[in-house]
Amino acid sequence: MHPVRKQRLIIVLCVVLFSSAAVGLMAYALRGNINLFFPPAEVAAGKAPLGQPIRVGGMVVEGSVQRSADSLAVRFEVTDYQATVPVVYEGILPDLFDEGQGAVASGVLDEQGVLRATEVLAKHDENYMPPEVAEALEASKAKGMKGQGE
Amino acid sequence: MWSFFHKLGSPPWLYGIAGSILRWLLPLTLLALIAGASWGLLFTPPDFRQGNSYRIIYIHVPAAVVALAGYYVMALAGAVSLIWKMKMADVAMKACAPVGAALTFIALVTGAIWGKPTWGTWWVWDARITSMLILLFLYLGVIALYEAYDNKAAAAKACAVLSLVGTVNIPIIYKSVDWWYSLHQPASIKFTGGSTIDPSMLYPLMLMIASFYALFTCCLLLNMRVEILRREARTNWVRKLVGA
Repeated sequence: MHPVRKQRLIIVLCVVLFSSAAVGLMAYALRGNINLFFPPAEVAAGKAPLGQPIRVGGMVVEGSVQRSADSLAVRFEVTDYQATVPVVYEGILPDLFDEGQGAVASGVLDEQGVLRATEVLAKHDENYMPPEVAEALEASKAKGMKGQGE
Repeated sequence: MWSFFHKLGSPPWLYGIAGSILRWLLPLTLLALIAGASWGLLFTPPDFRQGNSYRIIYIHVPAAVVALAGYYVMALAGAVSLIWKMKMADVAMKACAPVGAALTFIALVTGAIWGKPTWGTWWVWDARITSMLILLFLYLGVIALYEAYDNKAAAAKACAVLSLVGTVNIPIIYKSVDWWYSLHQPASIKFTGGSTIDPSMLYPLMLMIASFYALFTCCLLLNMRVEILRREARTNWVRKLVGA
């Protein structure tokens, strides 16, 4: 390769390399702020600030959703299988919000460690399948569990 | 190999070869797009949780995938333009930007439309969505920067540096859902290991991704032909071509 072009190639590679390193360091420095939400384990460890708007995300614990009979108030727990955070919310939940599914709640943590949510979002996972396949999976899972029990 | 590279630098040759590629690629692309879209929208089963709203995947994912790949094409053209001072690389770089910007915009808009019924919000500042918005600004920045210069060579140089610096954003977009907690779900199509999308939904998606790659190529070549004609408007071969 012509020496001038070789020099330009090196400059181009340096531009890419150094800008990547700069952005990489920036992302590393801001890593806590880039996360959209706190997992319940970090909330339990006291890493989440009290009295400030934060987001907590995780799986909605099966059987934890309690709806009020006469209002839109709802209480549930989110977990990352290491810790759970109770959430209280008053409002309309997204259609895909369900027990055993992901959710992200934004609100303020009170002294009791309860998140007083002002917004609850459903977090969709990466699984896509037709209803029949989901039913078949569910059925085989139930069968497997029964088999283990016997 | 070098002779091919040298030929690429010749405007009439590039104009001609782009035309003959387009002659068969353009109808094929349209056919594949229609086939893929109708397969995905009409003949695939609904999702077990999202119902029919998941079908936006057939536009959203291909647009996003090709918007990322298109950025690499633009940056590569920028690198060639910087190193070899090849005018046709400038043309390719300039032609990439509006196509990539359009695809990024489509990915963002379809994502917002899907987000409302699924997540419960149009927009959230999570790592994936924010970095995708930065990609849109990078594409728009390249377009604006190019137009800001009167001198074409200076414009190409500035745009090439901007597009090269911007490449760092592409792996960030791609890995954002794995590196940070985000609302956006991780990838369903995996290169290693099993995909978490049912084959009946995956095959039309694959066809749509391939169609979008072809569509990007077609738009790129069409844009390049226009730009070549504009730059070479005073040359003999263009005058002969238009019969003036």
